[in-house]
Amino acid sequence: MPKVVVDVMPKPEILDPQGKAVLGALPRLGFDGVSDVRQGKRFELEVDGEVTDEVLARVHEMAGTLLSNPVIENFTVHVDEAVADTPDVVS
Amino acid sequence: MKVGVVTFPGSLDDVDAQRAVRIGGHEAVALWHGDHGLQGVDAVVLPGGFSYGDYLRCGAISRFSPVMTEVVEAAGKGMPVLGICNGFQILCESHLLPGALIRNDHRKFACRDQLLRIENVSTPWTSSYAEGQEVTIVLKNGEGGFVADVETLDRLEGEGRVVARYLGDNPNGSLRAIAGITNDRGNVVGLMPHPEHAVEDLTGAGTDGLGFFTSLAAATFA
Repeated sequence: MPKVVVDVMPKPEILDPQGKAVLGALPRLGFDGVSDVRQGKRFELEVDGEVTDEVLARVHEMAGTLLSNPVIENFTVHVDEAVADTPDVVS
Repeated sequence: MKVGVVTFPGSLDDVDAQRAVRIGGHEAVALWHGDHGLQGVDAVVLPGGFSYGDYLRCGAISRFSPVMTEVVEAAGKGMPVLGICNGFQILCESHLLPGALIRNDHRKFACRDQLLRIENVSTPWTSSYAEGQEVTIVLKNGEGGFVADVETLDRLEGEGRVVARYLGDNPNGSLRAIAGITNDRGNVVGLMPHPEHAVEDLTGAGTDGLGFFTSLAAATFA
């Protein structure tokens, strides 16, 4: 069954304190060379049946209504066939 | 006056808000998030807390509670609505107020007695105050940073819709030190600090918050 993936990110101009916290932690752990971190959310939606244009339009509506707040976040939608076949546990 | 206080799953300050409503001289009516209908109240308070565990985004799920349908409709007709802290977040998520509240810029929970300046005294929630009056009210939030685009901020300032502003250190990174705003009609107010915790001398920093609840009586919608 295909999954539709919605990625939500804070808009570039919005401060992202969580990303800043991660950015601050990386060098403390010896991971150098990262100049910025932005933290977002990923939603994997399992949909019934075929992913038609109609289904994608509904997902866009969900993303703009509930999954993201358009005042502070942007979102993208894509279909990920691979996600559907991948077990939840990855070593 | 009958003032409804909505309890969501995860509301913390609903009982304090009811108490503040009564001390302010009104009848407090408990409203449940899952019910439709406002039981004939004249005004509504959305209290602080962590409704729905703040899952997804603060206020994002509460916004779709059954009772919010009526709150949004009544607000559109001019009913006074006050959202405190989590209630402010719910009002922004409901698009009753512009902007949004994000995590404090210093990433720590802020809990302190906060000095504020009341800048708009024409709302039904602030008419008891004098313009420019400085008050001390409890502030406690983790996601209290008010943000909006520059155009929105300029419009809020230009139209006098900044209700309260932080004085001294900005406690949460709110843009232009904004602590509270109102809608263009002036009946819906969102405020990050907690006036309901500053209504009695016995507890807290004093009684500076009481004005938010006594203002209703003075408001002109009798």
